Amino acid sequence: MIKFKVILIFTVLSTITSCSETSGLFGGAGGKNDPFANISQSSLDHFSSSIGDTTLFKVNQSVIEPEYRTLLDAQAKWIEENSISSVTIEGHADEQGTREYNLALGARRATAVRNYLVSKGISESILSVVTYGKERPLRICSEESCWSKNRRAITVLKGSSS
Amino acid sequence: MMKIYRVLLAFIIMCMIMNAPAYSEEEVPEIDIEVTDGVIDPIPVAMPEFVIDNFSSSIVANEIASIIKNNLTQTSLFRFIPENAYISDVTSIDAPVRFADWRAINSDLLIAGSVSVIGDVITAKFRLWDVVGQSEIEGVQFAGPTGSLRRIAHKVSDLIYAGITGEGAYFDTRIAFIAERGAKNDRTKRLAIMDQDGANLTFLTDSNSIVLAPRFSPDAKKILYTSYETGRPRVYLRNLVNDRVRTFPDLPGMTFAPRFSPDGKSVILSITNKGNTDIYLVDLANNTQKRLTSNAAIDTAPSFSPNGKSIVFESDRGGSQQIYVMSSKGGQAERISFGEGRYGTPVWSPRGDMVAFTKMYKGNFHIGVMRLDGSQERLLTKAFIDEAPTWSPNGRVLMFFRETAGANGAPSLYTVEVTGRNLRKLELSSFASDPSWSPLLE
Repeated sequence: MIKFKVILIFTVLSTITSCSETSGLFGGAGGKNDPFANISQSSLDHFSSSIGDTTLFKVNQSVIEPEYRTLLDAQAKWIEENSISSVTIEGHADEQGTREYNLALGARRATAVRNYLVSKGISESILSVVTYGKERPLRICSEESCWSKNRRAITVLKGSSS
Repeated sequence: MMKIYRVLLAFIIMCMIMNAPAYSEEEVPEIDIEVTDGVIDPIPVAMPEFVIDNFSSSIVANEIASIIKNNLTQTSLFRFIPENAYISDVTSIDAPVRFADWRAINSDLLIAGSVSVIGDVITAKFRLWDVVGQSEIEGVQFAGPTGSLRRIAHKVSDLIYAGITGEGAYFDTRIAFIAERGAKNDRTKRLAIMDQDGANLTFLTDSNSIVLAPRFSPDAKKILYTSYETGRPRVYLRNLVNDRVRTFPDLPGMTFAPRFSPDGKSVILSITNKGNTDIYLVDLANNTQKRLTSNAAIDTAPSFSPNGKSIVFESDRGGSQQIYVMSSKGGQAERISFGEGRYGTPVWSPRGDMVAFTKMYKGNFHIGVMRLDGSQERLLTKAFIDEAPTWSPNGRVLMFFRETAGANGAPSLYTVEVTGRNLRKLELSSFASDPSWSPLLE
């Protein structure tokens, strides 16, 4: 599923001239020579699908698990290399909590990602957070298989559709 | 404006024998509600057709009767005897009542009414008779525009309910809530308001922004709510009289979980700033803010005591989500929830003696109540998600939302009595969540 998505986007990317320097699936390198005053939508999709925009959390936790450090390191690198000017971290919770608490929990998760990116050199001034609590589930079953995907923080670059 | 003429005032007659320890009952009973194995026998009531003077009066009269019947039946304290059993009728509201005829069909109470509609004005009189004691309990007369039909019916229901039970009234009230539509991962939410029985539904916002958790002001003329219209959750105050919306631009970060103070002059809410959520008090006159909690924990869902001196709220400062009480000036907080599981959304009861809450335990959600010292915890409901209780103004009933599980899961509004009896779903045309029960209307 994911592989298919990546290939599809790669095909799209390679046909767009402004991204002609894109050097591969993980290559945001094109941005280096291009000042991203107007980052193209396809590059933003590339970020979410190839780098990955989602950090998942354990039940009622907002600690960045070790397995997501690599992802966030790659996010930081991509954000820096592509001179992204604005990044919003959206924090979410699963449905197994009360509304207000989940808003606060989503804010904790988003802030944990934000703080990690700051620790990797991303300027605080381009980072903002928003919590959705349990308002915007990605998966809709009422089982752990869905809840585990809903306990998330999404790194959204300006102009991204996600 | 509607005027109430209390024609005659009589005495309360009822002793409710129940295992709801919060309610001490006084008064010598004349009509008893019998409790057998936890089940109340409803009082048999006769309500013959109201006396009318023309055809348009008959339409109004029938509608008023139907609203009264619905209100009182919902309480499970009253049972209406079918009209085909009646052997008598009421042809004049001022004529003597033939008590023997009503007693013969085992009626304990008789509701008699007369309705007259002239032009745009309804004039309605009602008398409530104790058939057993052969005496009048209440008499009342209303005059109002035809648009006030439902409110007249609710006020009559309130008089009957309060007159018989000795409890406060609660039918002439409104519910603010969130009307929801669409798939679970594509839900739209609109701020909505309706009468307590679901009538007169009005939407106050469109579906463009997520809106959450409306809360009535003590005078029922304003509501606080949270909206994402700027892209982030922020608290708004809407005046229901002139539809003006006030923002709180001075508050930093994301704001939510607002409630009015009992005097209506301040708002207590949560502010999330730099990932930490604390409780603040905002003075509505001069916009000054006072921070009431400051620690790294989540402190949210605050609710004032009726006397304004204390605040109950939820916090995970002890490691899990629990209920705490502190002074409304801030400072030291005492944890009051000590049962197993997590506790949230505390709401102080209108009588001041209890707190209602949401409890999460072993994969279920419950609506429950406890004393302010945490004692006498009682769980009233159990479901996949039961959340966000709001008290009826008389402290007798809790409304909350129940969300069903699964991909097609959706919320609906329910009521349950504080005794744990009489769970009922409100039949509405959309999904619904986050109810706020208004005070009694003026």
